[in-house]
Amino acid sequence: MIAVIDYGVGNLFSLAASLKYIGAESVVTSDERTIRDSSAIILPGVGAFADAFAKLRRGGLARVIKEEAADGKPLLGICLGMQMLFERSFEYGEHEGLGLIPGEVRSIAPLTGALKVPHMGWNALDMRGHSPLYKYVSDGEYVYFVHSYSAQGCGGYVSATCSYGGAELTASAERGNVFGTQYHPEKSGAAGLKILRAFSEMA
Amino acid sequence: MLAKRIIPCLDVRDGMVVKGKNFEGIREVESPVALAARYNLSGADELVFYDITASAEGRALFADTLKEVASRIFIPLTVGGGINTLEDFDRVLKCGADKVSVNTGAIADPSLIGRAARRYGDQCVVLSMDVKRVDGRFVVFSHGGRRNTGIPAEEWAYRGQEEGAGELVLNSIDTDGVKDGFDCEMLQKVCKKLTIPVIASGGAGKKEHFLTLFDEVPQADAGLAASVFHFGEIDIGDLKCYLSQNGVHVRI
Repeated sequence: MIAVIDYGVGNLFSLAASLKYIGAESVVTSDERTIRDSSAIILPGVGAFADAFAKLRRGGLARVIKEEAADGKPLLGICLGMQMLFERSFEYGEHEGLGLIPGEVRSIAPLTGALKVPHMGWNALDMRGHSPLYKYVSDGEYVYFVHSYSAQGCGGYVSATCSYGGAELTASAERGNVFGTQYHPEKSGAAGLKILRAFSEMA
Repeated sequence: MLAKRIIPCLDVRDGMVVKGKNFEGIREVESPVALAARYNLSGADELVFYDITASAEGRALFADTLKEVASRIFIPLTVGGGINTLEDFDRVLKCGADKVSVNTGAIADPSLIGRAARRYGDQCVVLSMDVKRVDGRFVVFSHGGRRNTGIPAEEWAYRGQEEGAGELVLNSIDTDGVKDGFDCEMLQKVCKKLTIPVIASGGAGKKEHFLTLFDEVPQADAGLAASVFHFGEIDIGDLKCYLSQNGVHVRI
């Protein structure tokens, strides 16, 4: 059973529906017991970092997720949920993150020159190495992004990048059992479903 | 590099997809769920649903339709039609919409854009504009293209961006349903000062029109059409192959 963390941030309809569609058992929850008993965790999220992280911490969920990840449980952060996996974010100030993957979250605006921010739409994955998350998709697969900040300075933990305005943005990162996708697999058509399937099989 | 997006638009009334010409002469075509599934398979990058229902029963039917689509199709879904309040945003987001498009509701109360952007994020708020030439100027029309607001299109587009809209749909009333190409002149003029993504709408009749759009209006991030897709005059898979062969970056 995959626990999809519900902490009052964003719309979980598509994520829950996509897991159901691929036949993965999941529950949308904010209950500590349920999360502890799950076989894998997905941390979703859209919106602003500070507000979302405060909500995650308020319910004691930040601690639970950290402990479960440290215990080896597969964890997938999506979009803002991915950004929270890093040490800190510089979105409107400086904020501490979960610190599960080394690196920090910064604005993409200085990297992309005159291009539009947010980076919104379909972009191709440029894979680095062989991530278990990508066992059913190939290099160059398109996925759907919506973001203005990205993980930076996470060098060896990057599992895929995408090219935008001359910059190589972090599209996904991982460290052991902890995975993060900046893009939305639940909105990335058939490719996204394959990525979710690969994760659900780790559960 | 971001791919240019191809977006079919589905006008839904009483649970069925409908399409007319120049905003008139509505006729029924098919089930939105079946059509959406077909578009997804052929490579549509996003789907737009407009609820053109007037009745409460129709609205409930629309919610059911939307939920069904969102449970089976995992690409971005934008929903518009009758969005006047934050409660309306909430209502469609709960049914699986990713973005909500505002038109007449935002003209009546421009603060709706900012309030929605603060609550749901900029990426969620799409400002849709119906634009028509009046005495050589581009003017915004409301109420499904029936009422002249007198507002210059360039002004309203820029205002929408400043209020917090994350994306803009520019629909030309002059070219809508005419199938003689997108209104590149209008698009160029209205896009000029914008930094948010722009979706061009109205006038697509053949594949070449999309190529002309992306060549002549580089600011256009996406091309939207309805009837040419609904009636099978353009197959989305073919269209994307054609664009790719002609140097337009698309998701294939």
